[in-house]
Amino acid sequence: MKVCISSTGRDVGALVDPRFGRCQMFLFVDTETMQCEAVENPAMTAGGGAGTQAAQLAVDKGVLAVITGNIGPKAFSVLDAAGIKMYVGVSGTVQRAVEQFKNGDLPATGTPSVARHSGMGAGKRI
Amino acid sequence: MKICVASGKGGTGKTTVAVSLALALDNVQYLDCDVEEPNGAIFLKPEINQKAMVEIPVPEIDEQKCNYCRKCAQLCAFNALVVLAEKTLVFPEMCHGCGGCSYICPQQAITEKKRAIGMIERGHAGDIDFIQGILNVGEPMAPPIIKKEQSLIDASRTVILDAPPGTSCPVIETVRDTDFCILVTEPTPFGLNDLRLAVETMREIKVPFAVVINQWGIGDNVVDEYCDQEGITVLMRIPWDRRIAEGYSRGEPAVAVLPQLRGNFKKLFNQIVEITDESLTCIN
Repeated sequence: MKVCISSTGRDVGALVDPRFGRCQMFLFVDTETMQCEAVENPAMTAGGGAGTQAAQLAVDKGVLAVITGNIGPKAFSVLDAAGIKMYVGVSGTVQRAVEQFKNGDLPATGTPSVARHSGMGAGKRI
Repeated sequence: MKICVASGKGGTGKTTVAVSLALALDNVQYLDCDVEEPNGAIFLKPEINQKAMVEIPVPEIDEQKCNYCRKCAQLCAFNALVVLAEKTLVFPEMCHGCGGCSYICPQQAITEKKRAIGMIERGHAGDIDFIQGILNVGEPMAPPIIKKEQSLIDASRTVILDAPPGTSCPVIETVRDTDFCILVTEPTPFGLNDLRLAVETMREIKVPFAVVINQWGIGDNVVDEYCDQEGITVLMRIPWDRRIAEGYSRGEPAVAVLPQLRGNFKKLFNQIVEITDESLTCIN
């Protein structure tokens, strides 16, 4: 299964970025093979609509789940409409997050975890 | 003549200056462009006799026609559209109403519907033609309302535009087509910091400007020194006076509390006329 994880770096040893829409990097990981594709987040510095743009990317990549720290209301609506499951409140390395996900240790969320604009501030407010 | 009253920092006295200037002059039109929090009406107490909604066009998707080609989502600079495999989502509050998506849609699946974001009110405060814009609570976009206000400008009058604080889009929208901008500041490090940003903005958009220092006497000399170094004219210093503050808290304009200030505001206007005449001469 392909999952999308908000990441602070290019490989699975990097930490999970606590923001979704304005994270630094997205890692698209195949949970069977642990093969990993890193994509810089085009929405990190978007003037507005980072959440929708980032969610569009996840949808386009055909993922079935998103793993991140927090998710805002607009990204939530997009991923929810696309039937993508969301796992929030996740920290530590991407590797560990994927393992937790595979073990079924992460509960899926049914609501956005933060208000709009929460990820703004270019990484200064984490 | 269109004069904008702006500031970098909020709470420096834009409305105090704009209202006092409006009351000190004849044949004035007053536009409150601080549409997120218009407060000129508290002091001018206008009788409102016209109200109009301000609407922007937002896309509506005909799911029967849409083939999810995503050209609309790729075009939208504000990410107001998201195309899923079999659904197109619209986020109306992010739409700036440019109409691009409905224009390019190959399936003609997008029509525009109107969405109200605020309103314009117009009336009279004595001889003053009074206009204010009001942005609905929770709406992010002030410029369409400010543009609508400006479409009502009466060029036969002296037009005073009370700008929002800061240096962002709504401020630019308010100031860019005016003949002169008064930057109101306070003599403190905070006032100076935000004044610098406002000065850089005015220089960038090439609107002639000068400074009014309000609450003069409460802080230090940093603003005077900065203006001196930068060759910026300080048109007026409004002294810190408890009576002005008390009047403000009761909704009374400074020129009503201290009528002697009326002459100072007339003088302020005459100075602006001189400066703009000179710059016109330079251009010619």
